[in-house]
Amino acid sequence: MTNTVKADIKKEFERASEYVKKTGARVLICSGTGCVANGALDIYDKFLQLGADVKLKGEKHVTAIKTGCHGFCEQGVFVAIPDLKLTYVRVKPEDVAEIIEKTLKNAEVIDRLLFVDPKTNKTIQNPQEIDFYKYQTKKALFNCGQINPENIDEYIAARGYEAIDKVIKEFTPEQVCNEVEQSGLRGRGGGGFPTGKKWNFVRMNKADQKYVICNADEGDPGAFMDCGLMEGDPHRLIEGMIIAAYAVESSLGYIYVRAEYPLAVKRLKIAIQQAEERGFLGDNIFGTDFSFRIKIKEGAGAFVCGEETALIASIEGDRGMPMPKPPFPANEGLFGKPTLINNVETYANITMIILNNAEQYKKYGTGGSPGTKTFSITGEINNSGLIEVPLGTTLKEIVYDIGGGIRNNKKFKAVQIGGPSGGCLTEQHLDLALDYESLKSVGAMVGSGGLVVMNEDTCIVEVARFFLEFTQSESCGKCIPCREGTKQMLHILEKIVAGKAELKDLKLLEELAEVVQLGSLCGLGKTAPNPVLSTLKYFKDEYLAHIVDKRCPAGVCEAFKTIKIDPALCKGCTKCSKVCPVSAISGKIKETFVIDQEKCIKCGACLTSCPFDAIKEEN
Amino acid sequence: MVAETQKNLEKVFEKQRKFCKVNEIVEKYKYQKQNLIAILQEVQGEYRYLPEEIMTYIATIMSISPASVYGVATFYSQFSLDPKGKYEVKVCDGTACHVRGSMPVYKAIKEKLKLKDGKFTTEDLQFSVETVRCLGACALAPVVVINNKVYSKVTPEAVKIILDKLLERSGEGDKAND
Ligand SMILES: Cc1cc2nc3c(=O)[nH]c(=O)nc-3n(C[C@H](O)[C@H](O)[C@H](O)COP(=O)(O)O)c2cc1C
Ligand code: SF4
Ligand code: FES
Repeated sequence: MTNTVKADIKKEFERASEYVKKTGARVLICSGTGCVANGALDIYDKFLQLGADVKLKGEKHVTAIKTGCHGFCEQGVFVAIPDLKLTYVRVKPEDVAEIIEKTLKNAEVIDRLLFVDPKTNKTIQNPQEIDFYKYQTKKALFNCGQINPENIDEYIAARGYEAIDKVIKEFTPEQVCNEVEQSGLRGRGGGGFPTGKKWNFVRMNKADQKYVICNADEGDPGAFMDCGLMEGDPHRLIEGMIIAAYAVESSLGYIYVRAEYPLAVKRLKIAIQQAEERGFLGDNIFGTDFSFRIKIKEGAGAFVCGEETALIASIEGDRGMPMPKPPFPANEGLFGKPTLINNVETYANITMIILNNAEQYKKYGTGGSPGTKTFSITGEINNSGLIEVPLGTTLKEIVYDIGGGIRNNKKFKAVQIGGPSGGCLTEQHLDLALDYESLKSVGAMVGSGGLVVMNEDTCIVEVARFFLEFTQSESCGKCIPCREGTKQMLHILEKIVAGKAELKDLKLLEELAEVVQLGSLCGLGKTAPNPVLSTLKYFKDEYLAHIVDKRCPAGVCEAFKTIKIDPALCKGCTKCSKVCPVSAISGKIKETFVIDQEKCIKCGACLTSCPFDAIKEEN
Repeated sequence: MVAETQKNLEKVFEKQRKFCKVNEIVEKYKYQKQNLIAILQEVQGEYRYLPEEIMTYIATIMSISPASVYGVATFYSQFSLDPKGKYEVKVCDGTACHVRGSMPVYKAIKEKLKLKDGKFTTEDLQFSVETVRCLGACALAPVVVINNKVYSKVTPEAVKIILDKLLERSGEGDKAND
């Protein structure tokens, strides 16, 4: 299959720009996973159906375009009309007709669909004035939400595939690696290893075949940045991989995507096919003797496959078990050949570095952690979504400026960063700059970039238990400390939340944590105790409350709840005793009923059954 | 008697058809070991689970040991060795969903479908329930996915209504929604 198409990027750019111009006034409909769940596709269809020959203010031709994630998933479905500097939020299919009639034809704004600033209660038209966007610096996510990810011309018109053209014409592979090293870019997959350095390792290993792998396993539950990137701008990732392949002299690449991201897989497949058709992928790219192809491998649901050696085993069709390093993948990776493996976002940063230069790139971020980083903010926060900020931005800016503070005016308690391998940050860390070094210094890590915000109603011990349950069930079972140690730790945590633990269990928990950290092979085991250790460090009193006072301060843990009947209100109607599944309620008609606490399973069935509100839950 | 033989023959044909599809899939992936996961994914797509006889069959035609097929099938959580329901209910229990209350939703579903502790599939094979890790829609937490349709900001009450609708439909013998 020789490629007969010889891409000429200048011509492609002109053609693509012409094409994008023809789309006229663009109506951008967010079609990321979140918005699709809220009916984005129906909205798109409605626009096609009703707006076929509508003209903006009767003048300009209008095109509805499905884009990737705008980031502000909480407010979806997002419909943006850049020509009018206008964004509608929470749009429903029923609203489409009105938008066409009023806004498109007559430039009339529909107040009901505007974003309402929670701080001032005023509506905002221009998305750039919404706090959530105002404080962000979109670089890797620049195109997300602006272009149609399923159309390569839209990417090309945004200077897409210009970087690979420049690289092939002006750079030797060594120069590419050095430029990336100069930029100081660090791996976005968690470890933060200098990317250029890794590229140079792979480049210097001579072999008949080398591989370039993109780690799109994004296993951290609560993180969806890579998902947003792949769905919103797949060509940026592909171009980054092509540049990497040129730099390390590889001819075959794999994108390993987790199974839970069907939309990302679909868009990547379309993008790869389009890039092949245009001659950016395939044999003899740009008429040179550089050839590169990309294959997609879908994961099958195993967190540990995000670890690079396990991922390689999984691509080879085996159980995804980590291997000891060395040998490092750069020396002996996929099928025993030198292999470059980077995260989605790492590749997405490459075109920026090439198109400008390393010095420009370093303008953002801090000295040790240059550039921008995407984060997903979720949990008990007002503005959930996908964001991008320079590394070194403080937690406070993210939670309060961009995130809009805690939901329902509750009190901030903690943020879990880096998922099950990370740690928690508390009030005292609000001014901490989020970058690789400072996070490490407080026992947390950038990790994937998932930020889960917790408020006063979140039980921190329960959260630690949740993470341990996660790592325990995801342990591949190869190392005994990880396999058995996490099980014992989980057992203790379960005892604590069930109110059955003693003080000596806490000590054992800490000892076990150390053993698991030291005795595990891969990052999963080594970091599994982190959530426990960091919560123990900052919230020891909550652990003690569960153990000593037999009380859950947040009122979450069921074991500490008691359900009682208020004798003053009980009229002895017998209703509750009939619904109780374990017959724990007894009494005589028209007399006060009582709940046998020994028998009660706290299912709460009786709570709603009482016509007199006499039954209450207490902590 | 004749009807009986007819029935048995049907069964044989059924089995042949079964393997026929498997052959096609394995062929498509060129009998390569590195494609085993993709093969099992497609086979599961066909049968909604991985029947043991089919795993053994795959091993035979790919010239690998049944143990290695079984090993892969049990390692990845996506694979199921038991039949799944016509409606696959996936409750996200990623961090974001957990913090916003996915467990009460999960309990409500199990209660509604009368699934006791160790059971995840209803007797009539209409519904199966499982928890999964993060579906990438965390901002809409808690999230439930039923046969690829994503339901956002689900509450225990809402999920009961969703299930009621599906129960009604499956009662009418309709096909699973896409
Ligand atoms: C248990 C475990 C899970 C991981 N999960 C991911 C992941 O989901 N995505 C990712 O890019 N890296 C993940 N990593 C890190 C990878 O092993 C590897 O360091 C990374 O892909 C390298 O790319 P980078 O240099 O661009 O960060 C994980 C590591 C461990 C130990
Ligand atoms: S540390 Fe745990 S997950 Fe990692 S290889 Fe060992 S057993 Fe497997
Ligand atoms: S945690 Fe449920 S979708 Fe991410």
